[in-house]
Amino acid sequence: MNTESGEASAISIRNLVFERGDRAIFDHVDVEIPRGRITAIMGPSGTGKTTLLGLVTGRLHPSSGDIRVGGLPVQSLRTHELYALRMRMGVLFQNGALLTELSAFENVAFPLREHTDLSESMIHSLVLMKLQAVGLRGAADLMPAELSGGMARRVALARAIVMDPEFIFYDEPFTGLDPISMSAIVRLIRSLHKTLGLTTVIVSHDVDILEHLADDSYLFSEGKVVARGTPDELRKNRSRWVQQFIGGMADGPVPFHYPSREYDEELLGEDQWR
Amino acid sequence: MRRSFGLEIGTGLFVLLGIAAVIFLATQTTNLEALNAGATYEVNASFTNVGGLNAGAPVTLAGVKIGQVTGIRLDMQSLQAVVTMRISKRFDRIPADSTAAIETQGLLGDQYVGIIPGGSLDSLKGGDTIHFTQPAIVLEKLINQVMANFASPGGKN
Amino acid sequence: MALIQQQVLRRGRTGLAAFGAAWLFFFRVLALLPRAFMRPLLVVEQVYALGNRTVPLVGLAGFFIGLVLALQLYGVLGRFGAASMLGPIIAITVLRELGPVITALLYAGRGGTALASEIGLMRATEQLSAMEMMAVDPVRRIIAPRFAGGIIAVPILNLLFDVVALFGAWMIAILAMHMDQGVFWGNMQASVGFMDDLVNGIIKSFIFGLAVNLVAVFEGFTAQSTAGGVARATTRTVVIASLAIFALDFVATAFMYQGV
Repeated sequence: MNTESGEASAISIRNLVFERGDRAIFDHVDVEIPRGRITAIMGPSGTGKTTLLGLVTGRLHPSSGDIRVGGLPVQSLRTHELYALRMRMGVLFQNGALLTELSAFENVAFPLREHTDLSESMIHSLVLMKLQAVGLRGAADLMPAELSGGMARRVALARAIVMDPEFIFYDEPFTGLDPISMSAIVRLIRSLHKTLGLTTVIVSHDVDILEHLADDSYLFSEGKVVARGTPDELRKNRSRWVQQFIGGMADGPVPFHYPSREYDEELLGEDQWR
Repeated sequence: MRRSFGLEIGTGLFVLLGIAAVIFLATQTTNLEALNAGATYEVNASFTNVGGLNAGAPVTLAGVKIGQVTGIRLDMQSLQAVVTMRISKRFDRIPADSTAAIETQGLLGDQYVGIIPGGSLDSLKGGDTIHFTQPAIVLEKLINQVMANFASPGGKN
Repeated sequence: MALIQQQVLRRGRTGLAAFGAAWLFFFRVLALLPRAFMRPLLVVEQVYALGNRTVPLVGLAGFFIGLVLALQLYGVLGRFGAASMLGPIIAITVLRELGPVITALLYAGRGGTALASEIGLMRATEQLSAMEMMAVDPVRRIIAPRFAGGIIAVPILNLLFDVVALFGAWMIAILAMHMDQGVFWGNMQASVGFMDDLVNGIIKSFIFGLAVNLVAVFEGFTAQSTAGGVARATTRTVVIASLAIFALDFVATAFMYQGV
């Protein structure tokens, strides 16, 4: 399928190490993301899932390791090559990241105006098409401040696909949404994936939703891949850690309590102050 | 795009206002005209003493500024100071036999060149020399003289 | 002792790194400036936001400063019998010093903080990252037009300040103190230099504009992505820009007026 290098993966990460300060966010991680499928990146908060998106899109640089997107080595690209690659990517940020000074319409039109010389009428119809796809054609003239959280995310989604990308990344697309907006987003992710044949990567910790959405998933913890497989395989995984995460249990291999001194000792220790 | 129309007008006004301000300041408050070399002519005058006169000092006629001093040098032949003045072309009917005097603004003020018009029908032209001059009055000398005059009659009584 | 030394060394190093980063950023913005003018509407928008909107502030400040200067100096000069020099003295102080310096300070407080907080908020809400992800360089699309608009606005604001301040002084001198119009303007024209006073003042103002706008866009662009981070960027903009104005004013004055 892949004519460039013969590999089946759209995105391949080998031996990735990324450190922030003296903490290793990623410690020799390998990830293969297949073309044209939905891959979920899961893990507890603070495991650097969003950082992974930053690395794949070339906004962050790894300490070592190799990241290839569509066969291109992301970190060694020159700026214009990186920008050319980014034109093939769409990213939906956690809170939409709409440009607050521009209307919904202008936000979706923004990449077209920046990168193409299309006529005003062409831009008009392209933008309305994408807004129609996310069901917000009627909200074209609203400013971002007038949109609800879910609507803002849908406008941002329209903006992310307006250049017809090959890859789309969702950064925590389900957080902070009411159930109706949530199912709207889920429906959109699925339908966009189906109609546009996108390679989709979803970063989230929402196990229940991803179970029905993802073809493949990676489970991260403390800088390492703990488990990989289809949602079904994950559920059958016998690892206690995976069971805790999938089952959503408060205590387990990931302790409820932050590491501390013994409770008794700390309480009694107060005597020393008297 | 219609939204930007008022914005463009506003910005245009702002920039125009800036240009108007520069023109106003340049013509109303500064010596811009004195810099305009094409509209001036130069004359010289020799003085026995220029006192505290500096280049840049105004040249006036009847108290109105007509030009400025551009240079002062010492002529080793006559041992006099030659003052070069640049006078605006607007004032081209100054009699050739006028007198140039070094005067003082107020008691202790800066010195300037005052032109006292003569009666000739010929006018000063570029490169001409003003022959009649009055040197600077040096205040200390004046005071000494006054004091001396005071002292001698008092001594007799 | 060693601890303090270490602390100082580390502070010095991070300070130096920030200074270097600011310069690199400055060159990057300068390199992209011509491209900003290829889309004039973006620059026009910023001239409007930063310039037009600061006119009332600068105008009022200039007017009151003109009034105060004239009131103060009329009395003081009168004591020396030099009231006729009121016009030139006010014109020279305003054109050379007060105009450029006060305009730049006011601009730092009004336009500079607006720039820093706007850009900082765009950073905090991931708008800048989103732009990068759309293969749009935020320095070209966001920073360069704002910088261009800002450096155009400051000298114009300075000129307006000058005019309004002189108008204020004129009101006191002529309308209140009944000075002679001819003396006021004539003495001004006789002793205010076009190059020495007016042009040098405009050059100063342009230099201050470069500095204030650079500080503002740099602080905004490098702000931490939190509410506190944006607030810090805004505060730092005012503090650093004000100090930069005074320091640069000294340097510029030393260069421009050696013995003039």
